[in-house]
Amino acid sequence: MLDLINVSYDSQIPNNVGLSSDKKVLKALEKWHPGYINWWNDLIPQNFQESMVYLRTAVSVDPKGWAKFDYVKMPEYRWGVLLAPAVEDRRIPMGEHCGEPAWQEVPGEYRNMLKRLIVIQGDTEPGSVEQQRFLGLTAPSLYDMRNLFQVNVEEGRHLWAMVYLLQKYFGRDGREEADDLLVRSSGSEEAPRMLGAFNEETPDWLSFFMFTYFTDRDGKMQLESLAQSGFDPLSRTCRFMLTEEAHHMFVGETGVGRTIQATLAAMSEAGIADPTDINAIRDLGVIDLPTIQKKLNLHYTLSLDLFGQEVSTNAANAFNAGIKGRYMEQRIDDDHKLQNDTYPVTSITDGKILTEDVPALTAINMRLRDDYVRDASGGVGRWNKMIAKAGIEFALKLPHEGFHRQIGVFSTVAVDPDGNIISAEDWAKRRDDWLPTKADGDFIQSLMVPCYEPGQYASWIAPPKVGIDNKPGDFEYVQLHMA
Amino acid sequence: MTTPVKQHLIDPEICIRCYTCEMTCPIGAIQHDDTNVVVDPDTCNFCMDCIPVCPTGSIDEWRVVETPYSLDDQYGFDELPEQGDITLPENAEADEIEALDDAVAALLAEAHKGTGGRARAPATASKPTINLHPLSNPAAATVQGNYRLTDPDSENDVRHIVLDLGRLPFPILEGQSIGIVPPGLDATGKPHLPRLYSISNPRDGERPGFNNLSLTVKREPRGLCSNYVCDLQKGQEVQITGPFGATFLLPSDPNAHLLMICTGTGSAPFRGFTMRRQRERPDARDSLTLIFGARSARDLPYFGPLKKIPEDFMRKEFAFSRTPDQPKQYVQDKLRAASGHIAPLLDNAQLHVYICGRKDMEQGVEDALAEIAEGAGRVWSDMRGTMREEGRYHVETY
Repeated sequence: MLDLINVSYDSQIPNNVGLSSDKKVLKALEKWHPGYINWWNDLIPQNFQESMVYLRTAVSVDPKGWAKFDYVKMPEYRWGVLLAPAVEDRRIPMGEHCGEPAWQEVPGEYRNMLKRLIVIQGDTEPGSVEQQRFLGLTAPSLYDMRNLFQVNVEEGRHLWAMVYLLQKYFGRDGREEADDLLVRSSGSEEAPRMLGAFNEETPDWLSFFMFTYFTDRDGKMQLESLAQSGFDPLSRTCRFMLTEEAHHMFVGETGVGRTIQATLAAMSEAGIADPTDINAIRDLGVIDLPTIQKKLNLHYTLSLDLFGQEVSTNAANAFNAGIKGRYMEQRIDDDHKLQNDTYPVTSITDGKILTEDVPALTAINMRLRDDYVRDASGGVGRWNKMIAKAGIEFALKLPHEGFHRQIGVFSTVAVDPDGNIISAEDWAKRRDDWLPTKADGDFIQSLMVPCYEPGQYASWIAPPKVGIDNKPGDFEYVQLHMA
Repeated sequence: MTTPVKQHLIDPEICIRCYTCEMTCPIGAIQHDDTNVVVDPDTCNFCMDCIPVCPTGSIDEWRVVETPYSLDDQYGFDELPEQGDITLPENAEADEIEALDDAVAALLAEAHKGTGGRARAPATASKPTINLHPLSNPAAATVQGNYRLTDPDSENDVRHIVLDLGRLPFPILEGQSIGIVPPGLDATGKPHLPRLYSISNPRDGERPGFNNLSLTVKREPRGLCSNYVCDLQKGQEVQITGPFGATFLLPSDPNAHLLMICTGTGSAPFRGFTMRRQRERPDARDSLTLIFGARSARDLPYFGPLKKIPEDFMRKEFAFSRTPDQPKQYVQDKLRAASGHIAPLLDNAQLHVYICGRKDMEQGVEDALAEIAEGAGRVWSDMRGTMREEGRYHVETY
């Protein structure tokens, strides 16, 4: 009998999808595997490839088995194909097929739409690993280095998950798409990654934390909507990926939080109460709060662009077809068809930002973005609590959704962080007040010195409150290979 | 007075509100609003499914309370309340609370995770005393002896440490642990977290009638506390806390069969179990089985004394993974080889299974036991579930 809970290690690829009896797909994946390993080996600096990293590996998809911690060399990490357990008699949760049994095979009429969604999702996964490839060299601690590598191997596994779907369900086209995922490369001139935010550099660790907090959160929202899919294998894949994505949210939120904590502690020790006393604060070897706000502005707005056009017929079609749902679809109390509903969407009319009701079906992207903004504001509130607790008068905030946008209704106007439309000229003049400048980048870069002693942390970041897997503070999360 | 109960809480300062726990909980005990994620004390049955899926560790929080914090209380938390001062009434049925200090409770919850559900004490176990000396009030013990257990030419330095408790009341049961706080401060300037060590002697002392206890400690490279403990000199004073642990205990039933599976210093509690049996029922026959793994005989703690115990008092299997010219043997290999003995034991309603050692032994042992059970036509997960519910399946790994 097919064992759908315990992962099968009898083939090269750990999986709970019965790969060993699915010769065709197994062969396709085994053919793809060397290219993947080459991609990985070329990417991450060699001494990290040889290091023993304390990583979490899934050995099964039930809650007891999916978080096994042990030391492993990254190239030997068991990238697997793991689907959340099937829900018996699952029904399509939304759209015109709402209530019909979920599809176990790709419905022909939606084949291209599905393939495109899977390719776009799949393209982001290796993209972020490429963006983060050199961060290990400046890790502020072994703890942070381990978290980076955990994020990296899990993004790698997510790529596997998408490649499995392409190869299993999309025949020759799917195999070609799977190969192309290894051809495109972040920031490349000829073959860049498909989405803009995944071609930006991740030059320093604060960017990495902001990226995992804001950009990976877009990934989480996308996975949440795909987890609703009427195409059951996609739904099950995404549900399992979400448990891993939660770790990335954790790295982002605590990473930024610990950066703030170190700043607050240094300010308090030096008796500085004014958060805008930037030079004095920077002299303490920590990142001042206004610069953290600028980084936040940048990464938040790049991430908002990932949600696409506010009003979108593609999104409407995907929802209507039952391919992609809304965030927490099953918890929304409506008919899940949206034939007669409306949803408020922002628009620009006569140089003013207005809200107008449009058919809800076409506003799926806008709604997901609204859910995202709500979700993203939670952590900002928790950071502000830390600042308030330290008695510093400063609050981080999410800038207005119109600020610094390249995609959607706001891309044609210049909006300041408070939501006022201003002239492009004024905006350009004040840009350096709102977004990181080269000098800000240089300063942050100057703090990026590696700290490889167990239990030690670079000046600009505080130790975590709790260790990974409950390990003590001086635990050696990465046993570095020193060539 | 109301009986104190254990309550599961989530630390709002560490939780990132990803709601993975809520989605994982099989019985809907976890919920959230715009501020916090909370656990319904009336619903949570401590199945522990939410513990491994949490990316932050914020979910691994426990308080012993007389009145549980309501959902409204929890929604109002800005930070987790401290553990209140609770005096456990004499003979309290305070249900298997392992420790009152949350750092220690977290360590024990982690160590018992491999049980696969809520850890339960054997039905006939004596009631343990816990937390007599909390972190805030450690007790002083004096080092009575510190002996190397492994061969001088072994790379492993495992030590038998005897602590004299003087006139200090410190009642322990076999299988319980004590905490040792290494001196000094950590990188954040706070005192170190305690390290837990299993007590390796029976309840009436390392020597009967003496108020002392022993520990089995392996020196870990760069291990802050293990180096401190392994370097202790006779006569030196050491701060101890505890005792801790209320489930990994010995049944009082004299007919219970104990299947003890261990590696390395995981043997410590089993030394206590075995000595208790020797002192209490020296005439017992065929009621103890020990499966013990180490790199080689010279690395195996207590190898000499163990060999002197007659086979009909305790059946012993040693698995050596580094004997020259011999295939590597692990405890799971010995279990499989002894399946003729183990399979009928698994059906014995008086069998108690104990697994103790490094975390990485769990999976192999689990697989071997599953194979043996399934070879006998049984469903291992059901068997294990039943044994656990009845307090007959115990895992303590680190």
